[in-house]
Order: sequence, then structure tokens, then C-alpha cells
Amino acid sequence: MALDDRKTSGFTQVGTRPNRPDGLDKVTGRARFGADVTAPGMLFATIVRSPHAHARIKKIDSSKAEALAGVKGVVTRADFATGLTGENWNILENVMAGDTALYDGHAVAAVAATSALIARDAAKLIEVEYEILPHVTDVDAAMADNAPVIREGAADKSVPEGMHPNVVRYHESGHGDVDAGFAEADLVIEDHFRTEATHQGYIEPHACLATLGGDGKGELWCCTQGHWNVQKICAALLGIETANLRVTASEIGGGFGGKTAVFIEPVALALARKTNKPVKLVMPRPDVFKATGPTASTSMDIKIGMKKDGTITAAQGVFRLQGGAFPGAPMEFTAMCAFAPYALKHVHQVGYDVITNRPKQAAYRAPGSPMAAFAVESVIDELCRKLELDPIETRLKNASKKGTKASFGPMFDQIGLVETLEAAKAHPHYSAPLKPGQGRGISCGFWFNHGGETAVTLALSEDGTAQLAVGTPDIGGSRASMALMAAEELGIPYENIRVTIADTATLGYNEVSHGSRVTYASGLATIEAARDAVGKLCARAAAKWGIPEDAVKWENGCAVPSGPNAGDFDPMPIAEITKRMGATGGPIVGHFEATPEGAGVSFATHIVDAEVDPETGKTSVVRYTVVQDAGKAIHPTYVEGQYQGGAAQGIGWALNEEYIYGDDGRLQNAVFLDYRIPVASDLPMIDTVIVEVPNPGHPYGVRGVGETSICPPLAAIANAVSAAAGVRLRELPMSPPRILAALERQRDG
Amino acid sequence: MQYHTPTSFDDAIAIAAQADGVTRFLAGGTDVLVQMRADILTPDTLINVKGIDGVKDITRTPEGGWQIGIAVSGAEMTEHPELGRDWPGVVEATDLIGSTQVQGRCTMVGNLCNASPAADAVPAMVAAGITVTVSGPDGTREVAVEDIPTGPGKTSLASGEMITRITLPPRGENGGDAYLRFIPRTEMDIAVVGCGINLRVDGDTITEARVALGAVAPTVRLVAEAAEAIIGTTLDDAALAALAEAASAACSPIDDKRGTIKFRTHVAGVLAQRAARIAYARATGQKDS
Ligand SMILES: Cc1cc2nc3c(=O)[nH]c(=O)nc-3n(C[C@H](O)[C@H](O)[C@H](O)COP(=O)(O)OP(=O)(O)OC[C@H]3O[C@@H](n4cnc5c(N)ncnc54)[C@H](O)[C@@H]3O)c2cc1C
Repeated sequence: MALDDRKTSGFTQVGTRPNRPDGLDKVTGRARFGADVTAPGMLFATIVRSPHAHARIKKIDSSKAEALAGVKGVVTRADFATGLTGENWNILENVMAGDTALYDGHAVAAVAATSALIARDAAKLIEVEYEILPHVTDVDAAMADNAPVIREGAADKSVPEGMHPNVVRYHESGHGDVDAGFAEADLVIEDHFRTEATHQGYIEPHACLATLGGDGKGELWCCTQGHWNVQKICAALLGIETANLRVTASEIGGGFGGKTAVFIEPVALALARKTNKPVKLVMPRPDVFKATGPTASTSMDIKIGMKKDGTITAAQGVFRLQGGAFPGAPMEFTAMCAFAPYALKHVHQVGYDVITNRPKQAAYRAPGSPMAAFAVESVIDELCRKLELDPIETRLKNASKKGTKASFGPMFDQIGLVETLEAAKAHPHYSAPLKPGQGRGISCGFWFNHGGETAVTLALSEDGTAQLAVGTPDIGGSRASMALMAAEELGIPYENIRVTIADTATLGYNEVSHGSRVTYASGLATIEAARDAVGKLCARAAAKWGIPEDAVKWENGCAVPSGPNAGDFDPMPIAEITKRMGATGGPIVGHFEATPEGAGVSFATHIVDAEVDPETGKTSVVRYTVVQDAGKAIHPTYVEGQYQGGAAQGIGWALNEEYIYGDDGRLQNAVFLDYRIPVASDLPMIDTVIVEVPNPGHPYGVRGVGETSICPPLAAIANAVSAAAGVRLRELPMSPPRILAALERQRDG
Repeated sequence: MQYHTPTSFDDAIAIAAQADGVTRFLAGGTDVLVQMRADILTPDTLINVKGIDGVKDITRTPEGGWQIGIAVSGAEMTEHPELGRDWPGVVEATDLIGSTQVQGRCTMVGNLCNASPAADAVPAMVAAGITVTVSGPDGTREVAVEDIPTGPGKTSLASGEMITRITLPPRGENGGDAYLRFIPRTEMDIAVVGCGINLRVDGDTITEARVALGAVAPTVRLVAEAAEAIIGTTLDDAALAALAEAASAACSPIDDKRGTIKFRTHVAGVLAQRAARIAYARATGQKDS
């Protein structure tokens, strides 16, 4: 992008806080989510799931179910495509088990019937004969010599010789000589950390409505973060052509990464094909917990050396992640993010991706990074404590800046870590006195952010309003941000732009809404599409005035002569041009398609005060401040919302959320009553500070903000709780029994 | 499933007595309907009790106690102008169930007859010395609350029997009660431990006490040793220590996803001390701490 295309000041719309365009629909109940659509003759589907953690499927007998009145069809693995390889095979195997059920809740069959109750009863009549196999759900246990093998041959070439077959991918990165670095340190701390798997916990369960006729043409309505991805995967799993399946994304009741994957859609399509009827499939909450992606659980070893003045001399980490029964635990991200905030001469990181008898992990906000920060920032906190150093000054001393060689390889461009640390230091929270029993924690966090394939069109209406079609489902108020950016470029009111999430038939491929990419990439595409439209508007004005196109420029929603030599014409407002567009060359549409690659990385610093009840081990988070670099906040309210949301989810992850498995390998807490996400009364008001260090890769300087906000909380809260309790907590969640046990161990020496 | 809406207790009992299979009464429905939706249990006969005369009433007894209708919700108990002055612990225990929505529906009887070891209203009811009237085809009996649950999900009610009335004893002079539970969150959670305490003082000295624990055994525990530890004391440190020890000693909990044996046993003692302090402050007329 040419530098003169960049705009970093003088905004008239960007940076304001108008109501979101989807707000009224959502508060009045008019918004249509995954489960809100119906079709004539629609059937209802239920999925039959394995009650075993690991079992060979010997026989599936659906004759009794099929004999039940109202039942229209049953599908098993035999109803899907064969011969798939790579990730398509993994997804199919996860969506519908083949020979073996690999975790508690793994789908083995599905049934469609004329009512949801009949489908539920029919599912109970499907008889599945299992041969139970030994199972393993813990990451360290799964790597041990005697661990049951989940699947032979699942490992790729990266895995060193001699590892257990459950280790399926391996990563190593870093630079320098860590041993030399540790030798320079005045204090070296080495510690072991563990985190449990957590679920994205979106309020809306997965839901879809599918049709698929004998002609191989289908329609799918579903709740997803990316419908082109759904289209591509479903087509492959059903063995049909991609373009023959049209997918429309519903409103989405939360995703946080968990709806970037495909779970029920291929099943609904297979049932629709079998019954030749529309099929609706809505996941019950326990199925959401059991069979959609939680994040990975981890076991981590961190070693960091520091000089008395706070200089980090070397850092090293080993990160073992299990991501369920398939490859994909984001251990390379864990490894690469771990030390990214710091400018290190000597750094080394190793990652292991381990398979276990758990559900296939899915992305969860900055996949892999929060756990790394928990381990690394805990050790830095401990070093600061022992060396009596200020935690923010110490981090400033080591902070990555423009030109720093990142721990994961490349050189950082313009970044805002120092600015977030300075803002945190200056924030009244940092110097506020603590009450007895309270502790304060600090942590930094890092996320890469992402660009990705993006296509946008902006069509002008005859009255000078604009219809903007984007392909990235709105998971955080992005329609408001897109409208602001388009309004800024076109010079028309925000309200005059209607933003739609287009279906797969109406735009080019759009990557899923992930990687904090939407405001960055769809935003960039929106700006470029608007500029494309502006160019066309100027051309129409030029033709009317009889002057060259480049003698016309666009100002405040009007075409104007670009200078005194261009001629003397009154400004021509947008509506005057669009009113006559049919007669002056046809519809005016701006569009843009690209894979932008300048998503600027983003850093945050969080400050947390926690209070621990020493008699019960219960923690209250009493004050929380998020400081994060947004590059440029397009709609500051939704930026703040992302900051607060990341902190809220981090509080749950740190304190109470966890996947609890019994000895039988079955998930024990697959309901919200026992899977304890924070309720509103558990949270303090979460204060936010938006730092703006522009991203050179975006016309307005935008950096994604959705993920970085969940990177520091686990560590910041752990540091606060450890300070309050007077004992270091190295395992998440820091549930009351765990804190009480740590206090007791400390008392007993 | 058969659904009935009787308008009298006699009709309700007759329906229940004649029913085959699984029968459930529908009070607030916050257990029954949830169990049906979650496919845990589908009753053959469902008897809605809310159409029966008087089930929403809260009335004084001639003795100065209270009679509470079987369909009175936690929120209605809180809103009653006098009930909470006499029995703040009972009211708080019932009205901390679930969330605002649940509190508008949930009843003490439903909480008792669902027979969860972790039921919140029940320890407070036991501590207060509440009795319930059980009526069935063979007549009517008055039963202490602690004798209703017999195990997780099980009660001493015979088939065809139902609870028709709840009776709170007269509060009398210089009494106070309190209920506390431990949950990892601030609401919408199941008690990991619950403790209800009711006591009376003469001056500074405790003369009567009842201590009940929830979620630490298959059924609610009325712990005489814990009461004895504080009777005759001014709730000094030694009495509080003895109370905690007796409360912990009475626990025979399980290790599960909600808490460990060790944790529950320890926290039972902590909660007993904290609840005793509140009940004592109420009995001695101090402001709630
Ligand atoms: C979201 C949520 C949160 C909850 N949180 C809590 C909590 O914090 N603490 C807690 O203790 N519980 C909690 N519960 C459980 C439930 O709300 C309580 O147990 C409540 O008191 C049940 O009362 P109800 O009137 O709704 O009972 P119902 O569901 O109507 O009935 C429950 C049982 O009582 C029986 N029954 C009802 N009336 C009679 C009668 N007159 N005679 C004989 N048997 C009868 C029924 O047959 C049934 O078995 C929660 C439930 C939900 C859904």
C-alpha cells in the first residue's frame, strides 16, 4: 500500500460510537440465529454419541429406530464421502466416527424424524455395540511409554524418533545460546505449569438447517464464523461440488474461535440427502461441551534467567499440548507467543502436539497464547519478587520494540508494547493502595493477528446510500466498524450504509472470522472498495463536466474539481450522480479482493487486584484494568467490548473453568451448572485503556483486538492470586480447593 | 404423560394414589421441568399443585409461628413484610436459589422433595425446626424436615402422599437464624457446603441451638455435637473452635467435580463459625455483620 493512501488523523466518522446496526434486531428478538429458521416439511435431527472414551464400534443396528413412526432416515459413516485425506479426513472422522469412537460424545450415527421428540426417542433405539479400549485423557500420561495408542501413524515428519505415537507434531524455535545466557544470570528460576482445557462457552449452541437434493444442489443456513469454510468442508465430506452448496451465515451468538470449525453441518446435509427433506439440527448444550472444540490443555516447563537489574539473560520453554483425538493442538503458537514480548539474546522453545481421548480442540481466542503467558509471566513475576524489582519497570527494560528480533524469528515493525506498559504504569490502578488479603498482578500478552482471503463489494443505490456486502460473520460489532470506514471514505452518514454478511453465492471466498482479522482485513477491503466506488463516481462527474477523470476529487460526499485549473463547477453530491447512474454507464459498484498480509501484531498489559479468602480459598477479582494497543480504534465501544470480553473469559479460565474427566474417561461437567463460566456478579467493572500505535499495514492503522485481550489474564490473575495468598499457584484453574491445598502445603512447609 | 391440575388437596392425593409409574408434583418446576427437558426423567403423571386453594398463602399460626403454602416462591417469602424479620435465615436460604428468574418460581417443598443433598433451603429449615404436614390416602402426619429426605433423590413419602403445609415454629424472644453456603461463584451454583444455624440467647449466653449441614452427606445433617459446642457459651473463640471441629467431624462427603472430601470437611467448619456469628448477632440484637 502506498504511504499516501494512509490516513491516521482528521477522521470525521471513525472513532465515534454510533449504535450498532444489528442492535435493535438483537434487543427486540428479530435477529435470526442458527435455530431460528424453519422450512416447509422440515425434519428434526438428533445425533447418537459414544458414551465411551475409546471404543471399537462393532455394530450399529438402526432397525428399531427406523421402524418408529415419524422416523425418516438414519445416517452413519457410510453416508459420507470416502477416500478423503489430510485435514478433511480428520474432520470427517470427528464429525462421524469410523471404526472407533475416540472420545466421550463422539458422533456415531444420526437420525431425522418429523419431530424433535421423535428424533430423541429414535436415537435411543439405535443400538451400538462397542468393544471398550483403554483410554487416556491427560497430556503427560498420553506421552508416557505405557500410554494406549490413540491412532498409529497419526504423527507427521516433524516428530523426532523414539517418541510415543501419540505425539503427532513437534516444533522447535529460537535463537542464541540459552546455556550461555543462563550462565550470565544472577537468578535462574525453572518451574512447571499446567492448565486445563476450557470451552469457548458461547451462549448459542451450534444449529443449522440443511437441504440437499438428488441433483447434488444444497442450501445450508448455519451459525458459523466462516461460511465459505463450511461450504468447502461440507462439499468435500459429502462428495459434492463446492459451488453447488450455498451457505448462509446466521446471526451468531458467540464463537470465540469455536465456530471456525465444522461439526453438525455435514450430518444435517447427509440426513437431508437421505430423506430428501430439509433437516434442522440443534446441538443440546451437553453435546456442545462434549463434542465441539474446547481449547487444549497444557503441561509446560519454563526456565528464565535474570540479572539483578532485571535484564533477562535467557529464556526457554517446553510446551506440551493435547488437543483431543486429532492433530492440531496449537503448540507452535504457544511456543512462538511465549517470549514474544521480550527482546532476548538467547531464547529456545519446544512444542509437542499430543493426541488423547478428548474432543478435537478448536480455536479459542489467540489459540495457545494465553497458556504460554500464564507460565512465562508467572516466572517473570517470581523473578521480580525475589530480586525486589518493579514488575512493570522490569518488563519495560526487556520489552520488544520496532527492530527487535522476535523470539519466533522475524523483526518487529512498529509495535505498541512499551506504550501499553507506560500507560499501565501511569494508570491510577497501578499505584492504588491494596487492602489486607489482596494482591496485585501484572502481565503482558502477545498475539500475531491475521489477514487472510477477503472479498467485499459496495453497491451504491440511486439515492446515494450504499449497500456493503462483506463475507466475515460479525462476531464483535464489525458491521458498525465497516459502516464507519465506508462512511469515512464516501463522506456520507453512517446510517446511509447498510452492511450485510453476504452468502457464499454472492461474494468471492472469505476466510473465517478469526485471527482478529475482520476489522483489519474486511475493513481494509471495505476502504478499498469504497475508494474504488469513489473513483467511479469521480469519473461520472468528470464525464458530465467534460474534464479529465483525474481532474476530479472526492470531498465530503461530493465530486469537486481537483483544483482551480480543472474548471469551475459546483460540488456534485453523491445522490446526484447515483440518481443518473443507469443512464451514465450503469450501476456503480466498488469492490476489492485480496489477501492482505500487513496485520500488525498486538500487545497488551493487564493489571489485576485479587482477594483470597484464606479460610475457603475463594478468590474475588476486585479490580481489573486492560491496556491494549488497537492501532486505531474504529468504534471504540466495540474495542472496549473486546478488551472486557477477553478479561472476563480469562477470569473464568483462571479461576473456575475446566474440563473434568472421570477415571472412565467421561466428561463429568458437560452443563453450565458445573462448567463454571463467570456470572455477571463474579466480575468487577473492567476498566479499559485504548493505546493507539498505528499498524503500518492498514490504511487507518488498525490492528486486530479480539484475541490479544485474552492473552494476559491467566497470568495477571495468577500473579495477583499468588501475591494475595502468599503462595505461588502453578496450575489452572485456581479453584478454591486447589488454593486451600496450596496454602496448607505452605503451612506444613 | 398425564398432566393434572387439581383444585384441592383431596383431588391431588386421589390422583397420586391411583397413578401408575412415576409421579411428580409440579410446584415451581425448576427441578421437574429441567429434568424433563434434559431427558433425565419423564413422569407418567404430573400433578400441578398451584391451582389448589391457599397454596400461595403465608399466614400466622395461633401460636405465633407461620404457615407457608406449598407453592410460595422464594421471592414471595422475601417480599413478605414480617416473615423475614422472624426467620431471616430460612428466607435467605430459599431466596438465594439460582437466579432472579428461578427465585420467582422455586419453593421450599420442591427443594426438600427433590432431595438433593445440596439443597439450600433444607439446612435452614432443619435448623429452624420446621415441620411439614404429609397427607395421603391413609391420613395425615406431621413430620420434621430432617426426616423427609432419606438419600439423594429419595424421600420418606409413600406413594400417593404429598406435602400439604409447612409450619414454622414461633420465633419467640432473643432468637436468630442464618444460612450460608459455599459456592465458587457468586450465584447460579450448587452448594459445595451449606450450613444453617438457629439459636436463642439469654443475655450474651446461648441457651438453645440447632446446627444443620448440607452437601456433606447423602442427606442433610442435624449436628447435635455442634449445637452443644456453643450452647452455654458466649460464642467466644473456644466455642467457635469447638463448633468448627464438631461440624467438620459430622461430615461424610464425597469427592466429586464440585469439591473434595477434604475441602468440604474443612469449609463446613468455616461456614458453621460464620453462620453462628450472624445468627448470634441477630439473636443478641446487633446489626448484621
Ligand atoms: C438454574 C437453576 C439454579 C438452581 N439453583 C439452585 C440453588 O442454588 N440451590 C438449590 O438448592 N437448588 C437450586 N436449583 C434447584 C431448584 O430450583 C430447587 O430445588 C427448587 O427449590 C425446587 O423447587 P420447585 O418448586 O421448582 O420444585 P419442582 O421442580 O416443582 O419440584 C421438585 C420436586 O419436589 C416434588 N414436590 C413438589 N411439591 C411437592 C409436594 N407438595 N409434595 C411432595 N412432593 C412435592 C416434585 O415431585 C419434584 O420431585 C436450581 C435450579 C435451576 C434450574
